[in-house]
Amino acid sequence: MQQIFKFIEKYKYFLLFLILESFALFFTIQNHSYHRSKFINSANTLTGGIYRQMSSINDFFYLKKENRLLSKENIHLKNLLSLSPYDLDSVVSEQIDTVNFYQKYKYYRGKIISNNYTKRNNFLTINRGEKHGITSIMGVVNSYGIIGVTNSVSKHNATVMSILHKDSHTNVKLKNNDHYGSLIWNGKDYRTVQLVDLPRQTQVGIGDTIITGGKSSIFPEGILVGTIKDFEKQGNDFQLINIKLFNDMSALSNINIISNLEQKEIKQLETANE
Amino acid sequence: MNNIAQNTIWFVLLVLLQVLIFNNINLLGHTNPYIYIAYIFYYPIKRERGRFLFLSFLLGLSIDFFSNTGGINAASTLFIAFIRLSVLSSILKKTDFDFHQFNIRSISFGRACTFITILTFTHHFILFSLDYFSLKDMGSILSKSITTALLSISLILIGIISFTKKK
Repeated sequence: MQQIFKFIEKYKYFLLFLILESFALFFTIQNHSYHRSKFINSANTLTGGIYRQMSSINDFFYLKKENRLLSKENIHLKNLLSLSPYDLDSVVSEQIDTVNFYQKYKYYRGKIISNNYTKRNNFLTINRGEKHGITSIMGVVNSYGIIGVTNSVSKHNATVMSILHKDSHTNVKLKNNDHYGSLIWNGKDYRTVQLVDLPRQTQVGIGDTIITGGKSSIFPEGILVGTIKDFEKQGNDFQLINIKLFNDMSALSNINIISNLEQKEIKQLETANE
Repeated sequence: MNNIAQNTIWFVLLVLLQVLIFNNINLLGHTNPYIYIAYIFYYPIKRERGRFLFLSFLLGLSIDFFSNTGGINAASTLFIAFIRLSVLSSILKKTDFDFHQFNIRSISFGRACTFITILTFTHHFILFSLDYFSLKDMGSILSKSITTALLSISLILIGIISFTKKK
């Protein structure tokens, strides 16, 4: 017994070091596993509050740019509206039956209060949380394209797993020929992501547009991702397809959060099949 | 008491500086210096090693809270806090020096530089290894550690020289 005490007395700092280090490694490993309720995240009141204050100061400097972006988006939407088919008759003959409309996706607005893109695994913090109806696994986009998926959610804030993360796999497809693939990031350049698992018979060309595929229950189909920058082919198989993002991940501010109202139903069906 | 208050202020100040300013530097698009480890270099070496280890763990964890990185900052900061004394005694080539007298400004500039360089590089190497978490990316880990360490070391040296008194 005395020897044990002596041992502890002699190595007490080393033991303390080991205990604390194993705590730190535990948090690290927990962070690498996807969709686990995490203790260490920036969505809590203190860190979220500090980021919120800082972001309200920063916003002031980007008002001009944001205004331009908004008016650009407005013009785009107005142009879409004016594309409606010709009405030959001035009298509106069609009655809109509200029973025929069904909403699958609901959009929320929000803002990024802390942006990250320099690490291997990047998380963003947004100023929307449970109070505003946000839950985990909702898609986050802006007018240029996809950004990520919500992860931990607190009362007022939430963290978003960026597409610049090791565990981010987004279902995407080519705009012109409906072949599906998966979007990953190799950690090198924040402007370029990679496309994998594309069927070998797919015809691709530099400059082809990539959009979300809608095969996951997170993003609706057709959200912009980027264009093909270059690709390598060995035999018939694709080795590497680099995609240049439409979004500038280093300058993000206003975002939309997309909630799939059918997500629960889909998950239930999928678990019933297993 | 004065000492404890001073240490607490430094702690909070370094965390806020790191997460609000230095995490957004993005030099050349991807390099962010880690200056908060200056706390480890400047913390007085006294007998209370337990408290020092715990504080450095807490310091790293605070950074992790802000940057959603799990426990990578805590693990690497704790590690350099643990090896600090052995690195220092090997640089100074003394086995038992006067703990109470020690101050980073009381040793020669070259030695202080070596001390800071070894610890900063170790810290960055552990940090990026845990971030990438795969042996395949060893090249990126090493290059990122070296470039980031260069930036961190120069900023920490400038900081220590301008904000502390020479003894």
